[in-house]
Amino acid sequence: MNKVLMSGNNIIAEAAIRAGCRFYAGYPITPQNELTEYMAEHMRNVEGGVFVQSESEIAAIHMIIGASATGARVMTSSSSPGISLKQEGISSMAACELPGVIVNIMRGGPGLGNIRPAQGDYFQATRGGGHGDYRTIVYGPATCQELADLTMNAFDLADLYRTPVMILADGMMGQMMEPVVFKKPKPRQYSEKFMLRGAGQGKSKFFRGLILDAIDMEEHNWKLERKYQVIIKKETLHEEYKTEDAELVIVAYGTAARIAKGAIKRLRENGMKVGLFRPITLWPFPELKLRALSKKVKNYLVFELSTGQMLDDVRLALQGYAAIDFHGRPGGVVPTPAELANVIARHYETID
Amino acid sequence: MMLKTIFSGFGGQGVLMMGYSLAHGAMSHGYHVTYLPAYGAEVRGGTANCTVAVADEEITSPVSSEPDNLVVMNSPSLTTFQNKVTHGGIIFLNSSIIDARPSRQDIKVYAVPCGDMAQEVGNIRVANIIMMGAFIKKTGVVPADIYLKSLETIMGSKKKSAAEVNRKAFAAGYDFVKD
Repeated sequence: MNKVLMSGNNIIAEAAIRAGCRFYAGYPITPQNELTEYMAEHMRNVEGGVFVQSESEIAAIHMIIGASATGARVMTSSSSPGISLKQEGISSMAACELPGVIVNIMRGGPGLGNIRPAQGDYFQATRGGGHGDYRTIVYGPATCQELADLTMNAFDLADLYRTPVMILADGMMGQMMEPVVFKKPKPRQYSEKFMLRGAGQGKSKFFRGLILDAIDMEEHNWKLERKYQVIIKKETLHEEYKTEDAELVIVAYGTAARIAKGAIKRLRENGMKVGLFRPITLWPFPELKLRALSKKVKNYLVFELSTGQMLDDVRLALQGYAAIDFHGRPGGVVPTPAELANVIARHYETID
Repeated sequence: MMLKTIFSGFGGQGVLMMGYSLAHGAMSHGYHVTYLPAYGAEVRGGTANCTVAVADEEITSPVSSEPDNLVVMNSPSLTTFQNKVTHGGIIFLNSSIIDARPSRQDIKVYAVPCGDMAQEVGNIRVANIIMMGAFIKKTGVVPADIYLKSLETIMGSKKKSAAEVNRKAFAAGYDFVKD
């Protein structure tokens, strides 16, 4: 298969089209505009492809809800403030059990913030984001190849669990280019009984998120929860880098993990035994894998482009079995590997 | 092998194209590569820069702490980036519009008047390709023929005369820096 050099935003769009996404709605916002632009240009070239530049982010998410209900593979994308606007719709998708992929190319926040890379939307993404008792599967890719592979996986998981799946990246991942090979997508497995395409002579079908009977609503909540438990059990992904002999392990995802890897490479050259634990699924968080690592490694440094959000999940995973420290660069600052290496080295010297 | 280069200049000077064409050439040559443009609310005439990493192993970080090479097309870029270059690194500067020279003694400097040379070739827009000629010759990141093939692939849809001008420009820069 051919390697191509593409930007992260374009890769997500191309992978989605290859995975069979045939309905995309979005509203422009930096730093994810190239994704919308790519969809505008390429969706019309595939049979049945629909591209809509909607009048707002809220319209876009509700358009994909409608298209998903009819059985289309659907996607929308935005950046932090736009994703906040979509939350009502994402909650609806979770409630109605509709598959779909939502891409968040994060920027600095809160508020309108800036367009630089940041990771301040971790809580919003991994805790559900909208109202109600639900979760979304969240991928945190760190390379352009992962953007391609995980985008395709996202559609498969969305169908399998009939739930929205989010791809959480940032401006750097969206703008950066790396060579990528698109894998062959799996054939879609999605039952027609979940598609609203006219009942014909049969019984009418419908999706609903409004369940007024409390007992029925409770049962629906538990049904969703049972599904989430299966996802937690089966779908966690993570990467370990040089953890075998590590005295200190950095926990980082996405862009922060790339910087951390660069820093670790430098520190290793100076004889410091530092490794990386990189969650690839942010929800479900690879909790048990991290806890298992704490049998060997007793010191952790969480590095995020935020003031400390994934830090909570690391604390829950380690439950006091190991020492945890934190280094954060919020607001759109991306330190160089050398800068981060200095921070880690100072920390490394303080551990026993 | 792991080489990181920062290309920097005004928006409109083809700075991102320099980085992109190098990244494409390195990929065609079988290397690992990352291309990281600085993006912002910038406009033509504003600043533009990108970082290209080329390696024969996995590239951990696309962000560069101490680039091996720096290509500067305008004066502000020289001020911004000259102190980031690693000890023993190389700076290529567009001497047509940059009067200042780096004060550091631990680096090599190639002053290429690529703006004036581009006028001679007949098109000011190829100043970046002239600089790439000098860059490829001195760094040897990718062989010249591979680079030129990538350049043609990238420019594919544009008219044929552009390819010829680019070749001429590349050769001018390549020959300008002595062995």
